[in-house]
Amino acid sequence: MTKPLTRPKRKDPLKKTRVPLLPQGVRSRTALGLTAAAAEGRFQLQVCADCAAVVYPPRDACPRCLSPRLPFKDVDNRGTLLAETTIRTSTDVYFRERMPWRIGTVVLDAGPSVVAHLHGDLREGQRTQLQLKLDKSGQAIAIALPAEDTPNMQDDPQWRELTCDPKFRRVLITDGRTAVGQALAEALSEAGASIVFVGVADPWKPFPGEDKLKKLERVEIVALDLTDTISVNECAGEFAPRVDILINTAEHVRTGGIIERKGLTVAREELEVRYFGLTRLAQAFGPVLRARGADGVNSAAAFVNLLSVYALANWPANGAFSATEAACLSAAQSLRAELRPGGVKVVNVFFGPLETEWYQAVPPPKVAPSALARATVRALQQGVEDVFVGDIAEDIRARLAVSPKALERELGS
Amino acid sequence: MARQPYDGVVVATPVTVPYRRYSTNTAHWWVGRAVREVVQKAGLKSTDIDGLSLSSFTVGPDTAIGLTQHLGLSPRWLDHVPLGGASGVVALRRAARAVQCGDAEFVVCVAGDTNQVDSFRRMLSTFSRFAQDAVYPYGSGGPNASFALITRNYMKHYGATREDFGKICVAQRDNALTFPHALMKKKLTLDEYLGARAISDPIHLFDCVMPCAGAEAFLVCRDDVARSLGLKAARLLATIERHNAFPQDPIQYRGGWALDVDEFYAMAGVAADDVDFVQTYDDYPVICMMQIEDLGFCGKGEGPDFVRSHTLTTDGTFPHNTSGGQLSVGQAGAAGGFLGLVEAVRQLTGEPLGTPVPEAKVGLVSGFGMITYDRGLASGAALLAGGHA
Repeated sequence: MTKPLTRPKRKDPLKKTRVPLLPQGVRSRTALGLTAAAAEGRFQLQVCADCAAVVYPPRDACPRCLSPRLPFKDVDNRGTLLAETTIRTSTDVYFRERMPWRIGTVVLDAGPSVVAHLHGDLREGQRTQLQLKLDKSGQAIAIALPAEDTPNMQDDPQWRELTCDPKFRRVLITDGRTAVGQALAEALSEAGASIVFVGVADPWKPFPGEDKLKKLERVEIVALDLTDTISVNECAGEFAPRVDILINTAEHVRTGGIIERKGLTVAREELEVRYFGLTRLAQAFGPVLRARGADGVNSAAAFVNLLSVYALANWPANGAFSATEAACLSAAQSLRAELRPGGVKVVNVFFGPLETEWYQAVPPPKVAPSALARATVRALQQGVEDVFVGDIAEDIRARLAVSPKALERELGS
Repeated sequence: MARQPYDGVVVATPVTVPYRRYSTNTAHWWVGRAVREVVQKAGLKSTDIDGLSLSSFTVGPDTAIGLTQHLGLSPRWLDHVPLGGASGVVALRRAARAVQCGDAEFVVCVAGDTNQVDSFRRMLSTFSRFAQDAVYPYGSGGPNASFALITRNYMKHYGATREDFGKICVAQRDNALTFPHALMKKKLTLDEYLGARAISDPIHLFDCVMPCAGAEAFLVCRDDVARSLGLKAARLLATIERHNAFPQDPIQYRGGWALDVDEFYAMAGVAADDVDFVQTYDDYPVICMMQIEDLGFCGKGEGPDFVRSHTLTTDGTFPHNTSGGQLSVGQAGAAGGFLGLVEAVRQLTGEPLGTPVPEAKVGLVSGFGMITYDRGLASGAALLAGGHA
């Protein structure tokens, strides 16, 4: 049974911060199909389009019929742990400092044998469910879990290397004036975060929900104005070494396309809050996050972007807004590469129209801020990198996968 | 079609370049030394060498072709056998046909690798595409971890114990004590074996070979040619080779030998009982046990009992890995796939460097290698006999 995590002690400021190391992140191009599945929390393996053989490790020819058609598909993830070993000596520096480390051979009901990391509660001979996760290098690995949930299973050390679980971590939510920011503060407090810093610009100005926010356990309001470089730097100067998960909740939703808006005032505001706000956060907090990726139980774990799903495909009714969101998405892709050396994940949470005042005229289905908050916390607990929240976001993702051009025409009509 | 016998083909001039734990020399240096020694022992000039077969993990970016220019050879027959522990048997059987058919007169088969302080780690991480994609990121335990899973499964199914594996390792160490080139020179007791630290359970320290630098080589030619040069030689009776056998087995408990073992003995005209000594590929003792089973010395799953009921030292009831094997001599990369073969030729020609096997007439050499994902893919075996035809 997993030993529950204990709250980490206050760090000795004289102690050297452990340098983040990564497991080997090199993969063949074909194997990146596993990474794509893991990024969304799916269990996919190659399935031969001609003979239906389930194939692992990833290949470019079917070992049963030699077909080159081997798409990644959702596959039954259940199997049996045939044999296990506890590795006590490794040639790799990342694993050396995490020894002992358990791996095993899982034979899937679907066919192939998979060498996998093992959850601490799984024993040889038992039934298991296999999951694909992203390790600290950002690449997919398989981990075998007990078939049924076990107490404190999320605290298992090998599992926690793969997730960004907020439990005993310190979180910064960048804008507490928004309904989403407040819902996240509540959800993270419930998820066991040690402290939730909630940024508020000009905290002396009252705002709706303020009283409730201040009453939440382990929530602390901090001054933070994303449109002000000095404010962001000051906040980082005080709190960055204590921020393990940063969640950017800044929003700026205005309707209209590119032509209809006169001048650049609104566009500049949008960029100021969203794109430049993100840039300021990344520059102020990024270096510290990256340096603290292996700093014990409450190591730096994630930089979370809440993004409109229209970052992926422009919705001309909110065309300028969509363009700004797309800029943020592109920046997030760069951040992923830049934070990877620290083993820090960049989590993109894509959502459709929200149940908030700024989406007043948009018909349902819409996403409640609390649902978005729950999905974000779950993504952190599961170590997922791309999350789609709500029916609209799922729908856009699915249509994009089929035909980006069709989606462009449909969104523009 | 029935396979043609290897009539008239012999193996001569067994060469071992003494191993070193680490070497600042390149693989080319080790290979060059081995080839030179073959040429000198055979009384040839290097221009007489018209066939070359190379096995090496660390000779990159070169392959066999680069070595022809490097060593100043102009062979008319050239082979590169990147099959690790199966290299020796495979190099031999290909060379044998070349010699038999007249494509070459003198084929030098050579395996050599260097070992620098970091080369083992670098080799593991890029050993194969499957290793890169699906093994190395899982704890980076190398072959220790992969064979730990195979060993664990075998123990569970067939009741093998650590004492059984220990008996194999201890006997090989006894054999190594008289073999001058063994890196391990101290006696190993079963208690020491059992008390050694765990590496990747159930694999413990003395189950593991020590990576090192070294080279092994031999000459393949016709019997009459060997005789005219006054070379002692061993005759080749039969060989088998099989890759990726039993891909449906969820975890490895047998190797390719099991598919071809009947044909193997039939071709040689001998039975398992006639074999005077066996050199198995001993990169982990569980693989020795599998070879003993799959090569017909006992049934599947009877390996543990077989080991318990025999003495495995050179003077024992089942002389096994008579030079000490890789477990005691060291694993010089691909040369590990030549070690047993070179030792077998020495025993059969009456020139062992260590303890001789009494009245050794027929020897069996087995090869196994290339664990690119979860199992060793390459397997092979050869039967050799002493004396000219």
